[in-house]
Amino acid sequence: MINTKSLEGSQMLEINFGPQHPSTHGVFRMNVFLEGEKICALKPVMGYLHRNHELIAENLPYAAVMAYTDRLDYFNSMANNFGYALAVEKLADIEAPERAAYLRVIMAELARIVNHLMLIGFLLNDLGAFFTPVLYAFREREKILDIFEEVSGSRMMCNYFRFGGVKRDVSAETLAAIKKIVAGFPAFLEEFEALLTENEILCMRCQNVGVLPADLAVNAGITGPVLRASGVNYDLRKVDAYGLYDRFDFKVPLGKKGDVYDRYYVRVLEMRESLKILEQALAKIPQGDILNKKALPFLKAPRNFKPAVGEAYGRIESPKGELGYYLVSDGTPQPWRYHVRAPSLINLTVLEDMCVGQKVADAIIILGSIDIVLGETDR
Amino acid sequence: MKFTKNEPAIDESLRASLSKKGVVLTSLDFLYNWGRRSSVWPMQFGLACCAIEMIAAACARYDIARFGAELFRASPRQADLMIISGTVTKKMAPQVVRLYNQMAEPKYVIAMGACAISGGPFIDGYNVLRGIDRFIPVDVHLPGCPPRPEALLHGLMELQRKIASQEIQKVAWYQKGLKREFPIPELGPHGLIPKFNPDVWQPPKANARKEHYGQPILTGKKQKAPDLEAVAAAPAAGAAS
Ligand code: SF4
Repeated sequence: MINTKSLEGSQMLEINFGPQHPSTHGVFRMNVFLEGEKICALKPVMGYLHRNHELIAENLPYAAVMAYTDRLDYFNSMANNFGYALAVEKLADIEAPERAAYLRVIMAELARIVNHLMLIGFLLNDLGAFFTPVLYAFREREKILDIFEEVSGSRMMCNYFRFGGVKRDVSAETLAAIKKIVAGFPAFLEEFEALLTENEILCMRCQNVGVLPADLAVNAGITGPVLRASGVNYDLRKVDAYGLYDRFDFKVPLGKKGDVYDRYYVRVLEMRESLKILEQALAKIPQGDILNKKALPFLKAPRNFKPAVGEAYGRIESPKGELGYYLVSDGTPQPWRYHVRAPSLINLTVLEDMCVGQKVADAIIILGSIDIVLGETDR
Repeated sequence: MKFTKNEPAIDESLRASLSKKGVVLTSLDFLYNWGRRSSVWPMQFGLACCAIEMIAAACARYDIARFGAELFRASPRQADLMIISGTVTKKMAPQVVRLYNQMAEPKYVIAMGACAISGGPFIDGYNVLRGIDRFIPVDVHLPGCPPRPEALLHGLMELQRKIASQEIQKVAWYQKGLKREFPIPELGPHGLIPKFNPDVWQPPKANARKEHYGQPILTGKKQKAPDLEAVAAAPAAGAAS
């Protein structure tokens, strides 16, 4: 669909990207208005994957919604489970035992590594390095997915967390396998970075492209690596210290300029920090229960789980930003209101500000560097 | 499903002796289908979660290239196979049908995942199409949520068997007056218009779903919003008194 409109004597070209486009990361669509090669306006069109997540969840018992949260951000279902479990635990006042809390941190950090790997792979795909970086990224991802499959039974849709704990204990062999992955991962990152980080083409395409100033990022409510690449030190793992994150020693990598390159590099550094957290967690993980006694009866009879009237908001630092779940209970087995604060949707709001004035080829990589996933954006 | 093998009905010993002299005998059907099934080009078109498993199938560990289907084309004009990988929402369904219409004959469709087959976990959503086979003919249904990459490879092998069983004289795209363009539905205020394409799909008996699954679990009717302010005020009142 191409339209031409004349604007103040010049020709403006309207180009439609998507919903079927290899670089829009799913069924995202944007209308780009061009003057020559320069973007003068950009309108995102969403809703092609609106799957009524919230409405369906409001008609289901709390426990059943956990399986639906997997399908929000399908790159890292473990992180989605984490946020929802935190929200329900706040609502019903249950706490996860020590070992379960450690397992949660381990799984969430593995999920973060998977997510960042895939993001970088696809970003380079958009840059023109067709499919080769993805092959590297998926090779490592499969190793981590093997772990997920072993602990939860599914590769992608893990559904591993329960209110007050996790579904299944992890054997010593699996922990050893995770240790092996963690030990071997830095070598892979070195290889990856040797090919990419100082690559001249990557630098030229990414530096000073799609700059997001820090004040705009804060005003627009941007969170996650996109915000940190602009130099704002805000990481919920440090701010909220949910789970056990106050016990681990890790740094929050920050960018300087807030361009696409910073967003890429912040994620590489975050993977390194995740490895640090994993090392500490694997060394310290205690023996013990994996489920709170209070939550045990509801495993068999989820419809008996009726939290008292009230509201709760649980949030985590998902790999894409602040992922929050807002729940209102009316004392019945189903939530009265359930809302997801999806980081991809909110991070997408600055897309136009980043793209205006850039070349049309840059719009694709700017979109890629925001890291959206449509399951979460449209819900 | 039973497929014919379509192998050339030539005497084996004659073929063997001829091939020693550099003459290869085969049937045209076999050769034609062998070529087609060994280079199925899928369309690079991801809808939802299942698309990630489709990409995983194209990557090193599963390597769909072993079956000659690694060349994902971004344009429907160059593709033979459409893998519908994920939830088709009502907003997206017109585009899916349009893409199918734009593909050149012969064309095949794999419905990957529970969502593409029937709506899957999201079947109760008001915006979710309950199966893409309402609008376009589907060759292989691939259950799972998401199906593993191995399952996709299995689906592809089934499709290859189907291709191998087709006969060049009977295939639809060499017949006169073939019209395999399907009407594109429109998104109206109450869902898609029309709701399905009667040439492709007929609705099942009214209570087929109930017969299959039994009585649905009724969720409680919701009457009134909870009074959150009262709850918030209650502990404060208790502390005061
Ligand atoms: S079948 Fe499952 S994994 Fe596939 S698109 Fe539907 S919800 Fe996602």
